[in-house]
Amino acid sequence: MEVSEKLAILADAAKYDASCASSGATKRDSADGRGVGSAGGAGICHSYAPDGRCISLLKILLTNRCLYDCHYCINRRSSNVRRAAFTPEEAVTLTLDFYKRNYIEGLFLSSGIIRSADHTMEQVVQVARTLREVHDFRGYIHLKTIPEASPELIEQAARYADRISINLELPTQQSLDRLAPEKNLARTKQAMGRIRVKLDDAAERKREGDRKLRHATGQSTQVIVGADAATDADFLARSDELYRAYRLRRVYYSAFSPIPEPSSVLPPVAPPLVREHRLYQADWLMRYYGFSNSELLTPEQPNLDLRIDPKLAWALRNRQQFPLNLQTASRLEMLRVPGLGMKNVDRLLSIRRHTHVRLADLARLRISLPKVRAFIITADHHPAREDLDGDRLLARLAPRPVQLDLFGDAQP
Amino acid sequence: MKTWMVTVCWRGWLRGRSNSIFSAMHSLDPGDSFATWRIKARDVLARGIPPEEILWEAAEGSLFEEPPEMVTVAESAVVPPAFVGLAKDVSCHADPRRWELLYRLLWRIVKSGERHVLEIASDPDVAMAHRLAKNVRREIHKMHAFVRFRKAGEADDGRERFVAWFEPDHFIVEAAAPFFRKRFANMDWSIFTPKGCAHWIAGEFKMSPGVPRDPCDQPDVMEGIWRTYYRSIFNPARLKMKAMQSEMPRRYWKNLPEADLIDELSRESTARTHGMIEEPLRPVKRAPANAYLGKLQDLSSFPVADPAASTSLHDIARMTQACRQCPLWEHATAAVPGEGPENAHIMIVGEQPGDREDLEGRPFVGPAGQLLDRALVEAGLDRSTCYVTNAVKHFKWTPRGKLRLHQKPGAGEIEACKPWLLAELSKVAPEIVILLGGTAARSLLGPDVQVTKHRGLVAAPQIASRVVLTVHPSYLLRVDELRKEAEFRQFVADLKLAVSSQVQE
Repeated sequence: MEVSEKLAILADAAKYDASCASSGATKRDSADGRGVGSAGGAGICHSYAPDGRCISLLKILLTNRCLYDCHYCINRRSSNVRRAAFTPEEAVTLTLDFYKRNYIEGLFLSSGIIRSADHTMEQVVQVARTLREVHDFRGYIHLKTIPEASPELIEQAARYADRISINLELPTQQSLDRLAPEKNLARTKQAMGRIRVKLDDAAERKREGDRKLRHATGQSTQVIVGADAATDADFLARSDELYRAYRLRRVYYSAFSPIPEPSSVLPPVAPPLVREHRLYQADWLMRYYGFSNSELLTPEQPNLDLRIDPKLAWALRNRQQFPLNLQTASRLEMLRVPGLGMKNVDRLLSIRRHTHVRLADLARLRISLPKVRAFIITADHHPAREDLDGDRLLARLAPRPVQLDLFGDAQP
Repeated sequence: MKTWMVTVCWRGWLRGRSNSIFSAMHSLDPGDSFATWRIKARDVLARGIPPEEILWEAAEGSLFEEPPEMVTVAESAVVPPAFVGLAKDVSCHADPRRWELLYRLLWRIVKSGERHVLEIASDPDVAMAHRLAKNVRREIHKMHAFVRFRKAGEADDGRERFVAWFEPDHFIVEAAAPFFRKRFANMDWSIFTPKGCAHWIAGEFKMSPGVPRDPCDQPDVMEGIWRTYYRSIFNPARLKMKAMQSEMPRRYWKNLPEADLIDELSRESTARTHGMIEEPLRPVKRAPANAYLGKLQDLSSFPVADPAASTSLHDIARMTQACRQCPLWEHATAAVPGEGPENAHIMIVGEQPGDREDLEGRPFVGPAGQLLDRALVEAGLDRSTCYVTNAVKHFKWTPRGKLRLHQKPGAGEIEACKPWLLAELSKVAPEIVILLGGTAARSLLGPDVQVTKHRGLVAAPQIASRVVLTVHPSYLLRVDELRKEAEFRQFVADLKLAVSSQVQE
């Protein structure tokens, strides 16, 4: 089989993995005239697919043969999809050829599980090792690891990669039992725990001045949303735990999408893509805006409102905390105003040291006045109490009800 | 515009600032270069010429002229460092108003007593400067992203030669070049654009004037393979053209080899998706007989059993993983079983695993564990000959900021876990038990025994012939600096109590 034919199969098989971040690596380059490439700082999206997703890395599977039978996965053993496998050398050459033409930031390598976790992991590690040691490749490498692989192999993966990840896939063991019977939540968590210990140790050594140390700077995971009955609260509680316990850089939420060769265990309809978006928003609020997951969701309302963003939904449930005076409020309070992002909050804090904040200031900062008006007080704006009360506010702020389903954004 | 100019110079003339009408206009040409603008701006600033009396006009194609030799007035203007960075970005913008905007800001900072104006992001001038700078930074980023090199051959020494064509809206080529120099130092490359060309050849960087069109129009064989990748990585069930176009605007498409696939892919997506949905569902296929899958199944199947019925320490360790007697298992990584030889003389019982223990799955490996190790050495005890375990096997924590904060286990949790501890105790059957802290004491001696009151040797023949009760090492980490050393000595003395009793027997 030609390399391009393999690529068609093995990139297609990898397209369900949401992660494509290439940021946060240790800063390095080849300005010294040795090696190929650079990494560090913000990643670069070199292209975008018509699905709106960034293409930053060569995202491929080493092989799409797999022993596992995860029902949401096109590569599961019971699927009749065409199978292919790259040799490690082919994957290396392809990465370098794409990289030198500035198509990509590096490689995202995953694999179906063949023979055993260790056998598969060895193959994956070999690609990364060849890139680093034979070609002195200094671009970004993200390796997908398998929880059951031996800790030594995962450690090697971390040595060659900038980011390693283990997919959790589903937030509870019950969900896994139904849809991914070979997977186990506890083992995944244990592997993440071991990785965190190694990452901590590496960070410590780096702080102590070990400049030669090459080690991944973070781990991430992916969960599939909407393949079963798990609620947003299930997802966010699990994410919160993963961020705290294992210091994950990111939890990727991937809306379950229809696949060829569908399994009979799957739901008949795909979830709305906007649900995935709301989960990302809520996740962001938890990590950067000081919200706890119990503020965003309650046992009575275990799912995020699809019509409005989670911060606005929270503000509407907590109207007694508004309107907020932008001249005197604290940073954390301001971060809770719907429509105010982190950057603009910092700008407002700086502005108000020199002058009174007015609506025109907000407009010049490109803050949406219709969105923030009811929640803030400025030198020239004191919203009427009734602006905040009643249902009119929600009606005004929520978009007109449209059916946002998975195919809703499709254009003719 | 003309009227305005005349008014300005008229006013200038009336004030008698200059000798002739022509010089009163102060028409200055900074070209497209920040360096040139800087020299000229410094000069007019020093001469006290206000912004409204200057017409900044860049002539076409003045980019590569040498900055003019100007007799600059010696006075130099001190500006906040943020201004220089901002001005450099703004100066790359194609908007002809950028130079007058920058001079106006400079004037306000230096001459009008508005030193802090840059901190007011909503000031109209500052807001505009930020907007222009943002456009520039964004386009630099897009250039880093969308330059597509084509291989144009190889030198005799094997050094590869690449060329690219890019069409930026702003004067960003020089500002964007360092990225390519650092990333592709080992290749020779040229990036041609209408707004200046950048070259890195044999380790030397050079800029040259812009060219109107792509001078080398030879496709690269890898472009076909890249298009295959682009086609395959797109998920037709998630078409989102608007999201795509906001990040990859149409004006870049003509130079991206993959972009002419976009229409076709988006057109076909609906049919492809419906095709997938209408496909008949496939039944679950039974797992083939496979040693690895069998092992996996083994790994997950923990027997839920009576601790008392366990036959070995290994069994106990395995079975604790399935324990659901209290809710702590749910948010812990895994149960942390005890560790040590089955025939140990000494058993050390702590409270519960902490953050590090939870991650590693081993008892006493965190800060408290390291302190314990040190104390054991000082007391003349060898940890590897002891059996070390905890009264509660799962980590109990509460969220605090971004951390998991240790939380004391409750009476119910201690009680729920006690059968596992008793099972370990009966398997190891140690001569000496060292209880570290209140939780361990509560588990094995009951709620009435307090560390502060009963510290030292306690009589508990149902547990072991010698039982020593002392503080938990994490107490030693928390105690204030003044008492730290004394408390540590006391702790070592308690541990020695266990040794001396061993020696006596």
